Amino acid sequence: MNQYTERLYNGIIKENPTFVLMLGMCPTLAVTTSAINGLGMGLSTTVVLVLSNLMISLLRKIIPDSLRIPAFIVVVASFVTMVQFLMEGFVPSLYDSLGIYIPLIVVNCIILGRAESYASKNPPLPSIFDGIGMGLGFTVGLTAIGIVREVIGSGKIFGFQLLPLADASTGQAGYVPVTIFILAPGAFLVLAGLTALQNKVKNNAKKKGKKVTETVGCGEGCAACTNSACGGKIFPTGNEKE
Amino acid sequence: MSENKLKMSSSPHIRSKVTSSNIMLMVTIALLPAAAFGVWNFGLPALGMLVTTTLAAVLTEYIYEKLMHKKITVNDFSAVVTGLLLGLNMPPTAPYWMGALGSVFGILVVKQLFGGLGQNFMNPALGARCFLLISFTGQMTTFIYDGVSGPTPLAMLKDGQAVDSMNMLIGRIPGTIGETSVIAIIIGAIFLILMGIIDLRIPGTYIVTFAVFVGIFGQFTKSDVGLFDPQYITSHLCGGGLMLGAWFMATDYVTSPITKKGQYVYGALLGILTGLFRLFGGSAEGVSYAIIISNLLVPLIEKVTLPKPFGKGGEK
Repeated sequence: MNQYTERLYNGIIKENPTFVLMLGMCPTLAVTTSAINGLGMGLSTTVVLVLSNLMISLLRKIIPDSLRIPAFIVVVASFVTMVQFLMEGFVPSLYDSLGIYIPLIVVNCIILGRAESYASKNPPLPSIFDGIGMGLGFTVGLTAIGIVREVIGSGKIFGFQLLPLADASTGQAGYVPVTIFILAPGAFLVLAGLTALQNKVKNNAKKKGKKVTETVGCGEGCAACTNSACGGKIFPTGNEKE
Repeated sequence: MSENKLKMSSSPHIRSKVTSSNIMLMVTIALLPAAAFGVWNFGLPALGMLVTTTLAAVLTEYIYEKLMHKKITVNDFSAVVTGLLLGLNMPPTAPYWMGALGSVFGILVVKQLFGGLGQNFMNPALGARCFLLISFTGQMTTFIYDGVSGPTPLAMLKDGQAVDSMNMLIGRIPGTIGETSVIAIIIGAIFLILMGIIDLRIPGTYIVTFAVFVGIFGQFTKSDVGLFDPQYITSHLCGGGLMLGAWFMATDYVTSPITKKGQYVYGALLGILTGLFRLFGGSAEGVSYAIIISNLLVPLIEKVTLPKPFGKGGEK
């Protein structure tokens, strides 16, 4: 596994932003009322994340350390504005259903988190792959939550009626949607359920002896590390060039 | 050799015979009058619903504990109480699978996932009822009585129509299975008080606060209601789930404060919230939401009303 596929694997499975890092909870809980909303939110975040990771990685030697957060915000906000206008023009229905959560991508903790912990310390190409991995991980998480909520809450999947609904007026038997799942409490229930499920899968894999690395950061363990200046701050990839 | 007859052991030396299963059994017995009246009032579908919810609750608890290799606690009757309470909170016309789904949610999500009996953060039966109420609003609020689909007395009260308080006291009105008869509920409550299972602090404060709230603010919602209008207050006290909630659900040991002062605060909070929801809220009934919101505030209430240990503090 070279460093690029490692970044993708890391973002989608090992450090999945939704189910493992628990980042970006605000859009995760708010927009996943349907699978298509989750997919749209995930993909627009991915686009912003890849572009901002690239830009910040290119500018990482220029941005002064004390001003890095405002600088990151400006970069991210510029890309979000572009994505917002593009969505308004080309996918207006998605734009309407995501609403305020598109501009809120600016303050999405995944984007700022990756800028801070990865892109500002690594060269452009790995940063792009880190963005793709994390973005796809976020997309997978949101789409999964959206699918579960949409199927249980309205019997549909991507807007297609999967389960025929019961009709009380004609007495036709069918699926009665559990509306709470497309309301706010359903988001918490489904997120918790899916997180528990993926923990279970990972634990089972670990028991079977498959190697599942769960270390965040440098993966060395701070106790054995000799770099006293680090103090647990470094989030490297394992391929830094000193 | 007299010293051989002395048995040395550490405290406690006297154990109470009161156990969780005894208490839960008492609560189950106390719920029977309301359940029996519900079955008599609404017929066999009500009996089927009560059996379904109770069985589903017990089975869920058993299967979960079996699968998770935990101690099987179904014989402590707490799942029976949860299932029965949920059944009493269901409209008699709701399909059985809905009751079963509610039981599964109440036991599995509200109770077991948070650690089982004693760890649940809100009343499992009410959590399940609110889950169903939000999910299937139509079916959960359609009440068919004597073959006629009509509004509950509370809904009529909200619309400004006249209601018959005597029928509400006896329970010959539409509503959920167990909430209609005030008399049957009071019989169960008196039994619990005599057995020492509950005391008057929470239900008493709840009902008095609610009556005062309705007495003062009722006049702002309806033009023909005066200050402390006895007819209006009586109808509100006898209508909806207030009695069932106050005597059987607000007094749940796990989800109510253990400090005496806290119990008064909790009762007053319940009364005010129920009054707010009923008089100024969108729907006619608000007891279940008032109780689960107050359940969530119980840890805070206990924190501020913690009594001082003997000898600490005092005047300086």
